[in-house]
Amino acid sequence: MRALMTVLRIAAVFAFATGLWQVIVWLTQVPHFILPGPGRVARQLWESRALIAENAQVTFLQIIVGLLLGTLLGVATAIQLAMSNVSRVLMRPVLIFAQAVPVFAIAPILTLWLGYGPASKIVMVVLIIYFPVASAFFDGLSRTPQGHLDLAHVMGASGLRQLLHLRIPHALPSLASGLRLAAVASPFGAVIGEWVGSSQGLGHLMLLSSGRAQTDMMFACLFVLALFTVLLYFLIDKLGVMVVSRYAEPGA
Amino acid sequence: MTAPPSICVEGEALIAGAPLFAHVRLDVRAGQWTSLLGASGAGKSTLLRLIAGLDTGVEFRGSITASDGRPLAGRVAYMAQSDLLAPWLDVVGNVVLGARLRGEKADIDRAMELIERAGLAGHARQRPHTLSGGQRQRASLARTLMEDRPVVLLDEPFSALDARTRAEMQELAGEMLAGRTVLLVTHEPGEAARLSHQALLISAGGLRPLPLPDSVPVRAFDDAATLDAQARMFRLLREAA
Repeated sequence: MRALMTVLRIAAVFAFATGLWQVIVWLTQVPHFILPGPGRVARQLWESRALIAENAQVTFLQIIVGLLLGTLLGVATAIQLAMSNVSRVLMRPVLIFAQAVPVFAIAPILTLWLGYGPASKIVMVVLIIYFPVASAFFDGLSRTPQGHLDLAHVMGASGLRQLLHLRIPHALPSLASGLRLAAVASPFGAVIGEWVGSSQGLGHLMLLSSGRAQTDMMFACLFVLALFTVLLYFLIDKLGVMVVSRYAEPGA
Repeated sequence: MTAPPSICVEGEALIAGAPLFAHVRLDVRAGQWTSLLGASGAGKSTLLRLIAGLDTGVEFRGSITASDGRPLAGRVAYMAQSDLLAPWLDVVGNVVLGARLRGEKADIDRAMELIERAGLAGHARQRPHTLSGGQRQRASLARTLMEDRPVVLLDEPFSALDARTRAEMQELAGEMLAGRTVLLVTHEPGEAARLSHQALLISAGGLRPLPLPDSVPVRAFDDAATLDAQARMFRLLREAA
């Protein structure tokens, strides 16, 4: 019943947005190569489904691999920072500086170094999500309630076991919120990477269509990308809710 | 469990150069309950945390020794006002947390027995958020006992509970921790009067003994001598402030 309600609600929002879009197209009378109506985009989506699917597959794979690698790297960094004072002193400024460099600006460099293939896009995704994941998880790791640490100390816990059995479980809800941010940001990385230089992927297809004034195709690609991002977010959000209900005090 | 030692804390504590308490000598007697009372900020928790080997934020000049001459580390169990239960572990998991943190094999049978003795039979597989405040503190007490340490440090362990639950927990703790060297930090004269063999008042001037009935704890909450001791303690506490 609740699932049905959710589907109905999503359908209603979708119908509203599409309707609004169509109304704008009618009212403004803009040519279709500037703003195509939903009908044209839907037709394009259907007619070029094979081409779009083929390119979407490439982009999605890059996003997922980048997301996994970035998460692993971010988690490892956070643990390293939490465990060692030296790395905290040395690494944190580096991390913050790295975050201050706009990732978009280094996309051309990455393409130069790693070529036109998926590697440069995956690294872009990793770079984009690495900082939010690392900093959210590190934040969680450094905020274990003092009372719990006191208890562990009196119990004679080693630093490593304290991390494993107390600090990491306490920090998992923070990691979940970092991952939510990462889910939304990761598609940017892949698409920007593809714009800078690629031979396949949704970003590549959009760039190609832009050159040929195929606005319908650009919108179709955008739609597929947005749909994927939303699905990815929902999935990770569900996972996060599960983690929070398991590891955090309800109502706290 | 080895024979419980007595503990002697002797020295003074300074915060940023200013004395928190002057030179004191605290004797926590072997196998008995010692209560420490005093106004907030008088340093009662500081003394307890010094014995536990925890950070206090004060500079302590003096010594903390056990009567058998051996170090206290590893022989102390600690229970605080907050139950400190891990929300992701069930009651059993929380009770055996100490073993897990030390990388030892957890004795589940013993944990189950203690959980039952603490009055939580049937709740062993529940997670903390499904328990009442009193039940959570019972789980915390079972965890403290699971450590099986000769010295037990209690930092206002019952002060967040309602009156009835608090009285029940006092009786349970008094019974289950009998024979151990216990230091109880509390701001409740009634609690000290019921549970202690020795009660002390800490203030900037130092430590001084508080009156107690001759009887053996745990004393009944409505016992005339206990109530009288409670009233006299309360008077001294107000005078000290």
